[in-house]
Amino acid sequence: MSVGQQRAETAPSSPAVPPESHARSWKGPGWGFVAKLLLMMLVNAVGVAAILSAYNVGSWVILGVLVVLLGVADWIYFAKRTIALKYLFPGLLFLATFQMFTLAYTGYVAFTNYGTGHLGSMQQAVDAALIQDEQRAQDSPTYPLSVVRDGDLLGFAVNDEGVVRVGTAEEPLAPVSGAVVDDSGAATEVPGWEIVPRAQLFSDQSLQQEVVSLRVPVSDDATDGSIRTREGTTGAIYTSTLEWDPDAQTITDTETGTVYAPNDRGNFVSPDGERLAAGWYVNVGFENFVRAFTDANYAEPLLKVTLWTFAFAILTVLTSFGLGLLFAMIYNDPRVRGRKVLRTVFILPYAFPAFMSALLWRGMLNAEFGVVNEWFFLGADINWLGDPWLAKFAILWVNLWLSYPYWFLVTTGALQSLPGDTLEAARVDGAGRWRTFRSIVLPLLMVSTAPLAIASFAFNFNNFTIIYMLTGGGPAFSGTSVPIGSTDILISAIYQISGVSGGRADYGLASALSIIVFIVIGIVSAIAFRQTRKLEEI
Amino acid sequence: MAVSQTQAVRSTSPRSNRTRRTRWWAEVGWKYPVAVVVLFYAAYPLVYALSASLDSRGSLAGSSTLFRSFSLDNYQALGGTMYWTWVGNTLLIGGAAALGAVLMGAAAAYAFSRFRFRGRRASLTTLLIVQMFPQTVAFVAVFLLLIALGEVVPALGVNSKLALICVYLGGALGANTFLMYGFFNTIPIEIDEAARIDGASHAQIYWRLIMPLVTPILAVVGLLAFISSFGDFILARIVLTSEENWTLAVGMYQWVSNQLTSRWGLFAAGAVIGSIPVLALFLSLQRYIVGGLSAGSVKG
Repeated sequence: MSVGQQRAETAPSSPAVPPESHARSWKGPGWGFVAKLLLMMLVNAVGVAAILSAYNVGSWVILGVLVVLLGVADWIYFAKRTIALKYLFPGLLFLATFQMFTLAYTGYVAFTNYGTGHLGSMQQAVDAALIQDEQRAQDSPTYPLSVVRDGDLLGFAVNDEGVVRVGTAEEPLAPVSGAVVDDSGAATEVPGWEIVPRAQLFSDQSLQQEVVSLRVPVSDDATDGSIRTREGTTGAIYTSTLEWDPDAQTITDTETGTVYAPNDRGNFVSPDGERLAAGWYVNVGFENFVRAFTDANYAEPLLKVTLWTFAFAILTVLTSFGLGLLFAMIYNDPRVRGRKVLRTVFILPYAFPAFMSALLWRGMLNAEFGVVNEWFFLGADINWLGDPWLAKFAILWVNLWLSYPYWFLVTTGALQSLPGDTLEAARVDGAGRWRTFRSIVLPLLMVSTAPLAIASFAFNFNNFTIIYMLTGGGPAFSGTSVPIGSTDILISAIYQISGVSGGRADYGLASALSIIVFIVIGIVSAIAFRQTRKLEEI
Repeated sequence: MAVSQTQAVRSTSPRSNRTRRTRWWAEVGWKYPVAVVVLFYAAYPLVYALSASLDSRGSLAGSSTLFRSFSLDNYQALGGTMYWTWVGNTLLIGGAAALGAVLMGAAAAYAFSRFRFRGRRASLTTLLIVQMFPQTVAFVAVFLLLIALGEVVPALGVNSKLALICVYLGGALGANTFLMYGFFNTIPIEIDEAARIDGASHAQIYWRLIMPLVTPILAVVGLLAFISSFGDFILARIVLTSEENWTLAVGMYQWVSNQLTSRWGLFAAGAVIGSIPVLALFLSLQRYIVGGLSAGSVKG
């Protein structure tokens, strides 16, 4: 339109100059392209830095993945035809790394014996075995030593016949130039490092611990041993009597002559059955699953936990749906005044952060000082969270308090959208209140709320927060060494067994149980899909 | 309305007046006393928390007398703990996760809604299936992955806030794409076509045309992502190991699990402060959230 106007104005005065077509007036790449270029430069810089770092630590898998990803990213953002991928790539990258990969990796770990005693690769196990066996080498010299630090990183500076060498737990000893030594031969000044004063070493207990346990490798070769110190002023070489033979893949004890050979369980064992503590993880097939179902230590507690998980999820959905629907039916009534205020207060428990509610109730249900006993049970010492059945009841009660507002909101919305003519037709046909509710309201309500009920079931099936915050899974089962208790659901039991928060780690068994949870969720979701389709046909 | 009717018929015979009043009580009146009970049920734990936070003694013992004293000691004592660091961490992690979820979710929804490319249906189906399996159940693998990544890039290792944000972003696409996809589809494609004819590139259409039109859903997704990271405990607990990196959920759990009785006032004060922004956001955006909830995501 504006073009036309322009023409009309210019036409009388001068011979018409046709406006330039935008196809010809291309002014080169715009600001958008510059922004993209800068962003991609940053991405490439970070990517290359990460690739170099992966090369340095020898993580070949990560290196390969990074190279591929960086190449793909450059291709996507500079090619002309990959428009959809330009928008999808960042999200897909995170989805693939932190969700799809972790799901697949869970499947892999479930078939290994990854855990305490079986961490890392065979080479790492060898290094660990050599370290654990270290003793001070016979008639080895002692070196003057000073403890150095760079921020939190501790290291040793040793005076090796006039050459000062510095190393840390990760970095083997390497000579430094420009160091100053005192009369005793200990370094007093090392460029790039701060010397830890002796006085501080004597007064700070935790630092002392750290220094005594610090071992600085002499070279990249673990068999050369490492420098250790007892008091922080002199160091000596400690070596292991074990020797690693890379060709035969065996560890030999040079003192006794015992040969430790690898077995298929990921351990080094001697011919007479003696085992080295350090091992690596190997594929163990279905052993973790078999253990979960048959091992006397696990089978019974895990069966109880599974039953309670289902009971907890189903009862939570039923009770909160019921209460929410009840409140919705009572207060979805235009004759009641102040419904807005009521509604706001009704949903407060839902708006309050869930973890805080669980912790709050933990205090309120405290047997000795809790307000629940004080107010409603005349100060009786009812141990709500210490008795297996009361604790289960308490969890259901708290979760009901937390989640009924959700159903109150959802069902209020659903009730308001019920077709009025159907309800009227029922009334005309002489249906009573109960009859209308059972035959008209509830079936219609289920169409819109059944998928949400199933989603809520799946959510509560894995509702770690409420269980862990309220009871921590306790009270513990008696007669088993497994750290799980009578209110643990599967996910919190997995958390306890996995040992990610400390204690004995058993990643293999934990992942196997995660797989079982995934299967349950998969089945529930499949049912949900079919069910929603069936309900919509009504 | 019902009340005014009762008043209007007062002049007629007392008998009919009485029946009307009985009917009002049977149909509407009883709901008010019941409402009082429900209000008590919903609110007393929160009122109790407020009262405990204002109690000068700050311990669980004897906290059951409501509003016995009014002092801000507990709130002042929060300054002597790591509480404000945790608040900062929570806001940083939640904010970054929300921003990332909004940007990535919107971009993905735009691609699925506007472009027809090979593998579109397959990717949508895959997304639908993947998002059913919660990341939290795979926490062991997340932990092991971060250990491996941390050796290469320490910023993505265990005990890094950036790593936790990345983990949350991993769940972003699955949780939000469908919600946004549906909303994007409601915006007529003719708008895009008109802009394209005028010479706009796909990036211009996305940033200058579509994004302003979909702001309501962006707000909902951002809020849901923020609330879910605010409330997450298991992943935050595994990833963040040192105290100065903790989020509120991890830190306050530590308070209550270690010395429940003596730190009760501190916890209550922390809970009051920590929940106010969430409560305010939630109540003010109630309408949108309920819409978002019934589209599939669920909170406790």
